[in-house]
Amino acid sequence: MLSKLLLLISNTVMYSTPLAFGALGGLISEKSGVTNIGLEGMMTIGAATGVSAAYLSGSPWVGFLCAGIAGALMALLHAVASISFRADQSVSGIAINLLGAGASLFLVRIVFGSLNTPPVPKKLPRIFSDSSVLGAFSRLNFEVTAVIAFILMLVIWFIFAKTKWGLRISSVGEHPRVADSLGLNVYKIRYICVITSGFLAGLGGASMTLSILSNFVPTAISGHGFIALTAVIFGKWKPVGVYLSCLFFGLAQALVIQLGGGSLLSSQIVAMLPYVLTVIVLVVFVGRSVGPKASGVPYEK
Amino acid sequence: MRIQEDYAVQMRGITKRFGTFTALDSVDIDIKRGTIHSILGENGAGKTTLMSILYGLLNADEGEIYINGKKVDVKNPNVAIEHGIGMVHQHFMLVENFTIAQNIILGMEETKGFGVIDIDKANKKILDIIEKYGLEVDPNAVIEEVSVGMQQKVEIIKALYRGADILILDEPTAVLTPQEIEELLNIMHKLVDDGKTVIIITHKLKEIKQSAEKCTILRRGKYIDTVDVANVSEEELANLMVGRAVNLVVDKSPAKFGDVVFEIDDLYVKNEKDLYAVKGLNLKIRRGEILGIAGVDGNGQKELVEAITNLRPTDKGEIKINGKEIQNTSPKNVIENKVATIHEDRQKVGLVLDFTVAENVILESFNKPEYSKRGIILKDKAVKKAKELIKKFDIRPDDCENLPVKGLSGGNQQKVIIARELENNPDLLIAVQPTRGLDVGAIEYIHKTLVQERDKGKAILLISFELDEIMNLSDTIAVIYDGAIVDTFEQGTIDERTIGLLMAGGKVNG
Repeated sequence: MLSKLLLLISNTVMYSTPLAFGALGGLISEKSGVTNIGLEGMMTIGAATGVSAAYLSGSPWVGFLCAGIAGALMALLHAVASISFRADQSVSGIAINLLGAGASLFLVRIVFGSLNTPPVPKKLPRIFSDSSVLGAFSRLNFEVTAVIAFILMLVIWFIFAKTKWGLRISSVGEHPRVADSLGLNVYKIRYICVITSGFLAGLGGASMTLSILSNFVPTAISGHGFIALTAVIFGKWKPVGVYLSCLFFGLAQALVIQLGGGSLLSSQIVAMLPYVLTVIVLVVFVGRSVGPKASGVPYEK
Repeated sequence: MRIQEDYAVQMRGITKRFGTFTALDSVDIDIKRGTIHSILGENGAGKTTLMSILYGLLNADEGEIYINGKKVDVKNPNVAIEHGIGMVHQHFMLVENFTIAQNIILGMEETKGFGVIDIDKANKKILDIIEKYGLEVDPNAVIEEVSVGMQQKVEIIKALYRGADILILDEPTAVLTPQEIEELLNIMHKLVDDGKTVIIITHKLKEIKQSAEKCTILRRGKYIDTVDVANVSEEELANLMVGRAVNLVVDKSPAKFGDVVFEIDDLYVKNEKDLYAVKGLNLKIRRGEILGIAGVDGNGQKELVEAITNLRPTDKGEIKINGKEIQNTSPKNVIENKVATIHEDRQKVGLVLDFTVAENVILESFNKPEYSKRGIILKDKAVKKAKELIKKFDIRPDDCENLPVKGLSGGNQQKVIIARELENNPDLLIAVQPTRGLDVGAIEYIHKTLVQERDKGKAILLISFELDEIMNLSDTIAVIYDGAIVDTFEQGTIDERTIGLLMAGGKVNG
């Protein structure tokens, strides 16, 4: 029983990690007033780039970093379109998603000659190199990415709760004209936030392929970006809330694994769980929780 | 006048064009340090544009700005703030879900290092300003929960916190009660006593007379004159502003009241936050009567109008036109029962901006046999009707029937709405802020039309935040506070101060 429970916790943390990176990225972007529907595409390109770079360099950390940069570059496109050219942010986001999926497959094909890559030489480590030190609790030897995501949440919480940067980002997302009239550079702040958002989404994608799976398959990122987006809403645009929402969706995924499929329910039905929950959360919470007022609205001087 | 050091602001030859439209045409202005200087002009005269250039929100195409005798290139608000200029905008520039303190410090935060905000230090600085100028506010209150008057004080503190020596106030009294206006004038005098310079943009003559020493008049982007306020009358100021003699008082004959046409009985309506915005409101309007509702914005006026027009459900109570209940039916039913409405926001609720004038004219009647046959709109008929109304209501340009209505000026857009609404020969005409943002000529026209319709025996419900408008036009004045009518008066039996007191929730004895 204890071991089952520990396994559930371990799987919950594991599956929530890519979501947490993506959702915290989405949070930053939304806080600054730019909706980032493109999280899915940014996570996918991160997943593919992470594996490719780790494979070519031999170091998973190089892969991890490159994944972030790839996500950030993708986000730069979104920023140029939606901030500078004031394009519809949903349309731009959808384009990013299509581009992210396509570019990833293309990249992987060029590097590996097939769509399913071989495993990377070395995965991202766990917190303890030797899990025997934990004895019965060896299940709690989490991935290092999970720890990074947790620290990231704390940092983002701190920024928004205590610092002037948080105040400024929030003001740009709530009422950009106010920020502008006080001499803040709305475009610059939004660019920084959207690019950061893409960087984190890229890390999220890589934490799936370099930490959980160890290789890239076309379905590595399948809806995680959208679930992350939902987690932002479910968490009411608050870092702690968003993180807890990711744990919630991670738990759903962990249950899928643990329950597997049996005589009662086929595994395909069980596998729907995270997605069904996402839809339910969206139906119940969208409209009730209110996000940053200027989110999704391009700012024109 | 040459550039002098004892002048806080001197602007020379300021020209600003938006496309082919010249908003400002070589305007000069000299504002002496330590005075209250007003800038007077109609809507669109360029007052706000001129001050936005001084504050760096806009950049002039030509011209020079001197601050305290030194030439300054005010590229952006940062430069303006550096030189001690602060601006309180007409539409407040506040983040609604931030606290007062957060709004004040934004962009100029006191920090302890690592960007961590030092809230104690900031609060102390804010409290110093509050104390010095009598600007009573609670720094920890959230903006969306405090009154408009309070928000304005926050704006002033915000500017002072940034070290403003020259304070620009854009139409500062538009949303205030008479008492709040008095308080603001006091604050302005305190600021001037402290050596600061106050520039007030306004079209309200009375306040200029009460506060300013000098007044610069702009008309259609051109500099007209700068006068000593003490030496001119309100009429003279009005004439300078408009460029012709204006009638400041509405001409109207005594009202001849008929039967009660419209009645509201114990009405309850909820707002977006699911709280009652209208609570037990009662109202009666007779034929041939203009009933004006005086009140501060946000006391249930919006919800009242939306409940009458069925844009919002009624929770309890009855709304009756000619004895027939219309609450919780449909906007179409309300129109068919001869209620016409001039909505507050003409561009959002009153018109479809991208539609042509002809299309907007038939918006409420397109499905009648006159304008459509088997689901096909008879465009010729609509255009013919539009031409007729353009002539009757003097809508300009006079060949605009096929032009998108968004190309018309505010006054002409309002005329399109009035033409459409009166076409239906209503029994009740609801006019919400009918003259908001219009110039004096258009205001005169709309006031005259409302009185004419009254004389034809229609009932008119006028809702306005401009107390002068209510006082001048209404036969009966009802004061709304916190979702209910607190008292009703016949015109001429009540003074502005008493109404102001009731609007603010005060009680009147005797």
